[in-house]
Amino acid sequence: MTEKTVTPRAEAPLEPSRGRSVVREILESSTMVVVSAVIASLLIGGLLILLADEQVRETAGYFFSRPGDTVSAIFGTLASAYSAMFQGAVLNFNASSFAGVVKPFTQTLTMATPLIFAGLGLGIGFRAGLFNIGAQGQLLIGATVGGYVGFAWDLPYGLHLLVAVVGCAIGGALWGLIPGVLKARTGAHEVIVTIMLNYIALNLVAWLLTLNTFQREGSNNPISPIVAGTAQYPQLFGAQFPLHLGFLLAIASAFGVWWLMERSTLGFEFRAVGANPRASRAAGMSVSKAYIMVMVVSGALAGLAGSAQVLGTEKVLTTATAGSLGFDAITVALLGRSRPLGTVLAAILFGGLRAAGPTLQVQANLPVDIVLVIQALIVLFIAAPPLVRTMFRLPVPANEKEVAA
Amino acid sequence: MKLELRGITKRFGDFTANNKIDLVVESGSVHALLGENGAGKSTLMNVLFGLYDADEGSILLNDEEVDFAGPGDAMNAGIGMVHQHFMLVPVFTVAENVMLGHEEIRGPAKLLDLALAREKVREISDRFGFNVDPDALIENLSVGAQQRVEIIKALSREAQVLILDEPTAVLTPQETDELLQIVKQLRDAGTAVVLITHKLREVQAIADTITVIRRGEVVGTADPSDSQAELASLMVGRDVSMTVAKGEATPGADVLTVENLTVVSALSGATVLDDVSFTVRAGEILAVAGVQGNGQTELAEAILSVVPVAGGTVSLDGRNLTGMSIREVLDAGVGFVPEDRTEDGVVSSFTVANNLILDLYDQEPFAKRGAIDPKVVLANAQKQVDRFDVRTTSTQALTGELSGGNQQKVVLARELARELKVLIASQPTRGLDVGSIEFVHKRIIEERDKGVAVIIVSSELDEVMALADRIAVMFHGKIVDIVPPDTDRDTLGLMMAGAQVEAEKA
Repeated sequence: MTEKTVTPRAEAPLEPSRGRSVVREILESSTMVVVSAVIASLLIGGLLILLADEQVRETAGYFFSRPGDTVSAIFGTLASAYSAMFQGAVLNFNASSFAGVVKPFTQTLTMATPLIFAGLGLGIGFRAGLFNIGAQGQLLIGATVGGYVGFAWDLPYGLHLLVAVVGCAIGGALWGLIPGVLKARTGAHEVIVTIMLNYIALNLVAWLLTLNTFQREGSNNPISPIVAGTAQYPQLFGAQFPLHLGFLLAIASAFGVWWLMERSTLGFEFRAVGANPRASRAAGMSVSKAYIMVMVVSGALAGLAGSAQVLGTEKVLTTATAGSLGFDAITVALLGRSRPLGTVLAAILFGGLRAAGPTLQVQANLPVDIVLVIQALIVLFIAAPPLVRTMFRLPVPANEKEVAA
Repeated sequence: MKLELRGITKRFGDFTANNKIDLVVESGSVHALLGENGAGKSTLMNVLFGLYDADEGSILLNDEEVDFAGPGDAMNAGIGMVHQHFMLVPVFTVAENVMLGHEEIRGPAKLLDLALAREKVREISDRFGFNVDPDALIENLSVGAQQRVEIIKALSREAQVLILDEPTAVLTPQETDELLQIVKQLRDAGTAVVLITHKLREVQAIADTITVIRRGEVVGTADPSDSQAELASLMVGRDVSMTVAKGEATPGADVLTVENLTVVSALSGATVLDDVSFTVRAGEILAVAGVQGNGQTELAEAILSVVPVAGGTVSLDGRNLTGMSIREVLDAGVGFVPEDRTEDGVVSSFTVANNLILDLYDQEPFAKRGAIDPKVVLANAQKQVDRFDVRTTSTQALTGELSGGNQQKVVLARELARELKVLIASQPTRGLDVGSIEFVHKRIIEERDKGVAVIIVSSELDEVMALADRIAVMFHGKIVDIVPPDTDRDTLGLMMAGAQVEAEKA
């Protein structure tokens, strides 16, 4: 007998995890369920608005003697809350000029831009069976690389922006490559690794911002110099609107992701590996390679989300550049069922909620946190499709029906 | 005791699994419920056992209507069921398993009365000659013995009606014969036995009455003396040929050579494939027989590089395949029909069209420069669906919605679309109905006649004998022997149990 021993090639374990099947269930829920989840969240949000409103509470105190007061307070509060939301996120009819009327919507789209990028990236991961929680870190590293190119290098107009944008994508891709390689080679679970890499990224940036190369001259705060004008996304409709070229790039990316997932061989591989890694492997695909590629593409898109911040709205790099974008993007991707169009729409919804926050506070005198509560409710509802189906009496999808023996 | 089902109807959504089924089972007789997979046999028995609620119809025991809210009620009424997948706790003893669910207690301290349970097991075991030790751990028992424990369990609860759901699916031929003997004894002792099966041989051997079910409806009753062809056509709804038309093999040169192949399980560290050597020639079918779990699965997977090889070589036309990636092995001309269709064969949530290119998706003409051409993919799908008679609403339907037989046709169509030198098919007809089995067998023989070297791994002796040009019998990871196809069933059965039998070498 030949004593030649072939070392087993390192292969990630192929058992679907519980987490993966939960994600799958969310992704397979129908559009109606998603829309219903949003409506339910807005309704329950309304209930919370009422509870938070002083006038409603006051009039409810003497509800039985003068119920009319309570009812009118309820309607008044809800009307002002929802109209404030509308005016803050879509159109402001109180404004004197046309620019003022449409400005809230451009604000919404601006807020949505990084969410579109990151949501697209995470969606690719979800469809390939990878629960990438690391958009936060990938975004931050992308912003760091792109931001550095933006404020430290001196390049001609056009080229500078291009290089900075590519830098953002490369930074994110590198930060996605790490969990991808670890998953493919050692089977390390991507959820744990990406969460930890979020912390590493945050602290890495905090440290970088204490160095002379990154810290703004003359400042003691962890803040970088302003990105050069040549590396900033140009504003689309002039200086009075915040919307910048990054939004168009995000929409173009959505088309790109659609093509990647639906038309390219790489996307076929991603989807096959996500849906059934064992069958994909038996059909000759390299599951490891697919995992790495997915994380790279996913990370690159998260990096581009960083570009929307550092080259678009904020123009500087701070430790707060990522905000909670990386986590909101998870909701966006799930709400959009990981499809490009769905992700874009979900991102615009979330952008709208964020844009409405200040108006809600100023105009309706409501705590800005109500927006976060509504976001959280959306997460809650899309995580429990059966609950939403029960509430709205929606039919059970065919593939969940009991299979007859 | 007489059990009667009257007009049982069970629907799942729009799908009617059972439609107005009538059935009478009498004491001291064996009633065979014959039907293809998916015909509604198990659904009917689950209604009877109280697991499902019937939408219409009634169950009568000794002419009195009963209503079972769950298996507990059914058991108390004297109905016992042996499921296809055993419901036993592997780390418990036989006596503990038999007691489970209606534990006997004694004394004021309410201690478990294991002695009583043990005594009960011994009594039943002796009465029917089961030869089961009440103190043996389930995990140490053979599958046949585990099944006997399930029967003891039912009998210990005074079951007068015993339902056996596909009882022989997991047994060796010898164990099957033993089981049939047991069933005869039970019948003679006055038990009513309901035997759910799709195997005609068993039905003919012991059934007193036969009810045939097709698509949820009783299509007729038959006599055990009816020919297999008659029973089969009743079951399938059209004429089926029971034997595959197969000409003499004309073997050519050696194509696939396996030498000293050894595989060590990554999980347990046990040697699951032990120093296996054989050769397959062009234009012949080598059938690998054996009871499930004796290394056949690993053999197929090792050839394909799905599992790592610990020693030995696999070569194709003199080229060493060992250590290659799965992709490279496939490209070398190996076709693979995996054992577990839904896990390894298809992506259920993909369309039929996409599953048909699962291992060709990045090759011309389906893809050019990284872009898949949907038109070519759909045209190919239509062609293959027509060629293999895949019953699907559309090539865009999700593969998971197809029946098992049609999913298997998708896998076969895909694998046979490539230029093959070797075809490895693991359990190619597992869970398929008679009609699909016939189709799959025909295709496999066609491949052989085209000069492909074929390896069939099967635990169905009927299949092995129908297809093989040579039979390799495996036991405990080793090949016991390679014998000619006309070796009789008993000899093969003994070899499958590990016995070295003096058989003619092939």
